[in-house]
Amino acid sequence: MSNIYFVFKREFASFFASPVAYVFIGIFLVLSAVFTFFVGGLYERGQADLLPFFNFHPWLYLFLVPAIAMRVWSEERKSGSIELLMTLPIRPWQITLAKYLAAWFVLGLCLVLTFPVWLSVNYLGQPDNGIILAAYIGSWLMSGAFLAIGVCMSALTKNQVVAFILSLVACFVFVVSGSNIVLDAFTSWAPTMVIDTVASFSFLTHFEAMAKGVIALNNVVYFLLVSVSWLFASLVVIEQKKAD
Amino acid sequence: MISVKNLSKTFAKEVAVDDLSFDMQPGDVVAFLGPNGAGKSTTMKMLTGFLRPTSGEIRINDLSYASSSLKIKQSIGYLPEGAPAYAEMTPFQFLQFIAQIRGLKGKHKQDRIDQVIEQVELGSVLNRPIETLSKGFKRRVGLAQAIIHDPKILILDEPTDGLDPNQKYQVRQLIKNLAKDKVVIISTHILEEVSEVCNRVMIINQGKLKFDGSPDALLQLSPYHGAVSLHFSYRADASELEELEGVDYMTEDLATGKVTLFPKPGAQILHLVAAHAQRCKLPVDSLYVETGRLDEVFRQITQEQEK
Repeated sequence: MSNIYFVFKREFASFFASPVAYVFIGIFLVLSAVFTFFVGGLYERGQADLLPFFNFHPWLYLFLVPAIAMRVWSEERKSGSIELLMTLPIRPWQITLAKYLAAWFVLGLCLVLTFPVWLSVNYLGQPDNGIILAAYIGSWLMSGAFLAIGVCMSALTKNQVVAFILSLVACFVFVVSGSNIVLDAFTSWAPTMVIDTVASFSFLTHFEAMAKGVIALNNVVYFLLVSVSWLFASLVVIEQKKAD
Repeated sequence: MISVKNLSKTFAKEVAVDDLSFDMQPGDVVAFLGPNGAGKSTTMKMLTGFLRPTSGEIRINDLSYASSSLKIKQSIGYLPEGAPAYAEMTPFQFLQFIAQIRGLKGKHKQDRIDQVIEQVELGSVLNRPIETLSKGFKRRVGLAQAIIHDPKILILDEPTDGLDPNQKYQVRQLIKNLAKDKVVIISTHILEEVSEVCNRVMIINQGKLKFDGSPDALLQLSPYHGAVSLHFSYRADASELEELEGVDYMTEDLATGKVTLFPKPGAQILHLVAAHAQRCKLPVDSLYVETGRLDEVFRQITQEQEK
C-alpha cells in the first residue's frame, strides 16, 4: 500500500516539475469557460445550473486527457527508467495504479479549479448544489475512463505523439458511439437491440444522466468497469512491451 | 546464492541467450565479458527479474521469481545500462524515492542516503535536476540507488562507461570495498577492469558461455603467458636464444627490435634466457616476463566460432 503512495507522490510531483500540469490546467480552465459561457450560453439560458458546463466535458476530455496520459508509460520506456522501476520491489499493478491515480488527481484538480463557474451560478441564482456536486463526481469518473484508455495507449508505444493520436482515436470511438452521427447509420436497418448496445458503449449516454446530477449505479459501474478493464489491458501490454 | 540452469531467451526468433548455466557464491566478483549484443545485458535483465526467461531456471537465495519476486528484488541492487533515472528529479529526491520503495524508514533511511552520497561523492550536485548533470554524475546517481539498501547481490551493467580515468578508478575502488560477502556482477568492455576488480570472468558470445574462470586462468590461455621479451640496446644476434631448452619459438619485431620468446607448454624460461644473455654478453637493456594479453584471448575466444 505504501509503495503505491510513494510512486503516486513521485508521479504527481513530476507533473508539476515540468510545465505539463500548468499548461494543461490553464488550457482546461480556459476552454471550459469558453464552452460554458460562449458556446453553451450559460447566461442566455436563464437557468441557475451548470448543465452547459458539464455537457461539454466529454468533448474537452477527448482532446485533453490523451495529452496528459500520453507520457505515463511512453516517457518511462523511452528513458529506460522503466527498467529501474520494474526491478524495484514493487508489483507492476501497483505501479500502474499509482501512475493512473496521479494523473487522475491532476484531472480532479482541474475540476476543483473550475470553482469560479460554480460561484457564478450561486451568485446569479439558487442552483441545487447537490446536483452540481453529483455532476462533478460524474465528470471525474468519466475522466478516469478516458484516462485509462490513454494510459493503455501510452503503454503501447515509446512515442508520445503516437500515444496521443491512438488514445484520441480510441476515446473518440467511445464518445461518438452514442451520438446521432453513429446511431443514424444503424437506425435504418438494425434492430433496436443492436442500436441500444452500440449506444450503451458510449460515454455520452452514460454521462447524460450524470451531468443532470443523477448518479445511477449502472453509470458508475460502467465508468469504473471501463477504467479497470483498460488499466488491466495496459498492465498486460506493458508486461509484453517493457523490454522493447 | 545465485543458481542458473539452462537459461535461454529468444526475441522474435532471435536467440539472445542460449542455454547458460552457472552458480555464484558470496565473495564472487564476476565480470561479464563479450562483444556488443552477446547477451550480457539480457542475462542481467533476467537475473534482476525485468525479463522473463524463455526457458530455464533462475534461483536466487533458493527462491524463484515465480513465487517470491519481491523478496528477490529486495536483495538485488541493479544499475541498468545507461544509468536511467527520472530526469526532472534531483539526486536527493531520487534517492529518497528509491529508499522509500526499498522500504527504508526514518533515521536508518537518512543514514543510508547520507552514506551513499558520501560513497559516490554526490554532495556537490544534490539539488540540481538529474537532467542537467554530466554523464559521470548521472552514472554515480545510478550507482548510489543500486547500493542504497546494501544489497547482497549487486548487478551493474557497464558501471564505468563514460567516466574519466579518475572516476573509473573511484568506481572500481567502490566496487572492491563493497564486494565483501556479496555477489557482484559487472558487465564491461574494459579488459583491464577485469583483472583489477574481478575474481571471476565469464565470457559470453552469441548467447553462449565461452569461458568461466579466474582472470589468471584467462590470461594463461594467451600464448604470451610466460613468454619472455627482451630489448637490445643495439642490434645483436639473438638466434641462439631460440635453441634454448624450453623455448618453443621466437618472434622478432624488426621495427622496435623487440624479441619475444614463447615457452613450450609448462616450461619456465626466464632464468635460462637471463643466464644465456649474461653468458653471451648480449646488450640487453630490458627483459621481462609477459603475463598474457587479455585483448588477444578475448578476440580468440569470441571470434573463433565466426570463422
